[in-house]
Amino acid sequence: MPWTKVLVDQEDLERFHQEGKRTIKYVEALREAQAQLLESDSRVFLLGEGIDDPGGVFGSTKGLAQEFGSSRVMDIPIAENGMTGVAVGAATAGMRPIFIHMRMDFLPMCMDQLINHAAKWHYMTGGSVRVPLVVRSIIGRGWGSAGQHSQGLHGLFLHVPGLRIALPATPYDAKGMLIAAVEDENPVLVCEHRWLYNTIGFVPEGLYSVPLGQALIRNPGTDVTVVALSYMVLEALKAARDLEQEGVSVEVVDPRTIAPLDADTILESLSKTGRLVVADVASRTGGACAEIGCLVAERIPLALKAPLKRVAFPDAPTPASPVLEQAYYPGAEAIKQAVRETLA
Amino acid sequence: MRMMLFIRRFEERVISLYPQQEMKTPIHLCIGQEAVAAGVCAHLTPHDYLSSTHRSHGHCLAKGMDPQLLLAEFYGKVTGCCRGKGGSMHAACPERGILGTSAIVGGGIPIGVGHALAAKLRMEKRLSVVFFGDGASEEGSFQESLNFAVLKELPVVFVCENNFYATNSPLKARQPHQDIHRRAASFGSPAEVVDGNNVWDVYRAAERAVRHARAGRGPYFLECRTYRWQGHVGPNCDWQKGCRPKGELLEWMDRCPVEAFRSTLMREGILDEPTMDSINREVSAILDSAVLFAQESTFPDAEEVMRNVYYMSGA
Ligand SMILES: Cc1ncc(C[n+]2csc(CCOP(=O)(O)OP(=O)(O)O)c2C)c(N)n1
Repeated sequence: MPWTKVLVDQEDLERFHQEGKRTIKYVEALREAQAQLLESDSRVFLLGEGIDDPGGVFGSTKGLAQEFGSSRVMDIPIAENGMTGVAVGAATAGMRPIFIHMRMDFLPMCMDQLINHAAKWHYMTGGSVRVPLVVRSIIGRGWGSAGQHSQGLHGLFLHVPGLRIALPATPYDAKGMLIAAVEDENPVLVCEHRWLYNTIGFVPEGLYSVPLGQALIRNPGTDVTVVALSYMVLEALKAARDLEQEGVSVEVVDPRTIAPLDADTILESLSKTGRLVVADVASRTGGACAEIGCLVAERIPLALKAPLKRVAFPDAPTPASPVLEQAYYPGAEAIKQAVRETLA
Repeated sequence: MRMMLFIRRFEERVISLYPQQEMKTPIHLCIGQEAVAAGVCAHLTPHDYLSSTHRSHGHCLAKGMDPQLLLAEFYGKVTGCCRGKGGSMHAACPERGILGTSAIVGGGIPIGVGHALAAKLRMEKRLSVVFFGDGASEEGSFQESLNFAVLKELPVVFVCENNFYATNSPLKARQPHQDIHRRAASFGSPAEVVDGNNVWDVYRAAERAVRHARAGRGPYFLECRTYRWQGHVGPNCDWQKGCRPKGELLEWMDRCPVEAFRSTLMREGILDEPTMDSINREVSAILDSAVLFAQESTFPDAEEVMRNVYYMSGA
C-alpha cells in the first residue's frame, strides 16, 4: 500500500505518478493538514513562537498566517508554560488549539500545564470536561545542537496517563495523524523529527485521519522483529534491506503512537519471529524502548528466543562536536548489529 | 574601546570562517550589541559571576574568557571550553565566573540569581550579572527570579539586552508596551533604560547598578536598547528573507556602537589613528592565534560521549 511505503525511491515515485497518486514532502503534508483544518473547522487555531516567521517553523506553517490571519495563526510571547495553560483553557472551552514548538526541548517548559493540568483535567472533572489540545514539537539532530536542542522526550511524557503521543514517520502519517490528533478529544503530543521533514511520500489531497493507536508493519519478515519509532523507521528499513541480502528476514513494526500503544501488532509479530530489537530516537533508559520490552516480558515472557536489544541514544546528553555526534547517534548499522546479535 | 572592537572582530572572524563548514554548531552573533557587554563587564572582576544566553559570545569575551577556548569549542575540539560537548550555546569558564550558559530562553535568569544567593549566603562581596534578551522577559522564570532577588536583596545586576526581536518576532507582537524596565520596577528593583548603543551610557548606568548591588542593597535592573545586525542565527543577514525591514536595520547600523565611540574618542583627542591601528593589530594577532589554535586542536575521542554525564571524582 502506498501509505505504508517509507523510503520512496525513483521507481515508486514514477509508479505513484502513473497511478495518479500525489507525492509530497513530510513538511508539506503537515502544512497542508493545518491549512485544511483551519479551513474546515472554525474551532481550530494555531499558536506558537514565531510561527508566522518567513521560515514558518522549518516550512510547516509557511504562509498560513497570511492566509488565515493572526487570530487563527498566532505568534505568541516566549512563555511556554503560561501559553500552554492558555491553550488548555481554550481547549476546555471548546476550541481546538494546535500549539507548535520549534524543538521538543521546549516542552519541559510546559511540563506543569501538560502533566498536572492537560493530562488530568478530564479525569479530575469526572469526565465532564475535555481537553482537545494538540501540541506539535520537533526532535532536532545534528550541527552541534547540543544538549538543549536535540532531545527526544516522548518517553518522559509516556509516563503520564492522559496524554496521547504520536510519532509519525511518513508524510502520509504526518498529515493523517495530525488531523486525527485535532479530532481527538484528548491532549495529543505530536512528535515530529527534523530529519523526516524532507522525505517524500504519497499523501492524499483531502482530509483523512490515521487512527491513533494503530501500529503498522512497514516491512514483513519472519526472523526478527524491529520495532522502530519516528526517524528510526527509516533506518530500520535500510537495515532490513541490507539484511535481506544476508538472508535475514526482518519485520519492521512502526507503532506510530506510543500512547496508546498497539500492543497486539507488536506481540503478534514477535510470536512469529521470537526476536526483538527496539529502536528509538531518544536516550535508552526508561523510555519507549523500556516500555515495549516490559510489555513483552509481561504478556509473552517465553516468546523470546534471544535477549531483546535496544538501539537508542546513549544515556548521555547530546554532545555538540561533530565527531561526538557521530558516535552518539545510532542508525541502520547499529540496528543491523543488534539484529545479528539476536540471531547469534 | 578595545573590548568592543575585540568582540566585533571576533564575530567578523566567525562570519568569515563559518562558510568553511568546519564550525558545525549554530552561532548567534551579537554584532551591533557590543556596547552592552563591554560597558557592563568593564565593572566586573573575574571573581564576579556571569550568566548568559544562546547569544553569549560578547558577554563571555568581555568577562575575560580566552577566545581560543571559545573558538575551539565552535570547532568541536576537545580543547574547547566545554570539551566539544557544548558547542556555541553553552560557553563556560568557571575561572572567570562563567558557570555555563543556557540556550533555553529565560533559563539562565534564575541560575544567575542563584549565583547571587550563593555569594550572599557565603557573605562574599561578589556580584552576579545576568544577561538576557527582551524575549526572555516574557518567561515565567524572569518574573519569578526578579521577585525573589528583590525579596532577598540579592547582589544581582539584571541586564536585559532589548534588541526588539526574538528570533523574527518583533517586540510589538509580543509585549503590550515596550518598557521592560517598568516591569522590573514593579517588583521594587531600581530600574533604568539605557541607550545600549552608547557604551559610555551603558558604562555609567552599569556603574550605578554595580555600586548598588555591591553595597548589598539588592538587585538593579538595566534595560539596554540595542539591535543585532545579523540574523537570529547563522552568519548571514536576514532582512532579505523578509524577517525585518531593511530601513530599520540601516538606521541602527548608522548608530554603530563601535564606530560611534571611536569617533567620539577621536574627536576628544583621547584616541588617535596610530593607537587605533595598534589596537587593531593587537586584536588581529590574538584572533589569528586563536583560530590557529582551534583549527589545529584535536577532536575529542568517542569515549568523550559518556564522560561527564555524572561527576566522578578523578574523572
Ligand atoms: C524556552 C525556549 N523557547 C524557545 C526557544 C527558541 N528561541 C531561541 S532564541 C529565541 C528568541 C530569544 O529572544 P531574546 O530573549 O530577545 O534574545 P535574542 O535572541 O534577541 O538575543 C527563541 C524563541 C528557546 N531556545 N527556549
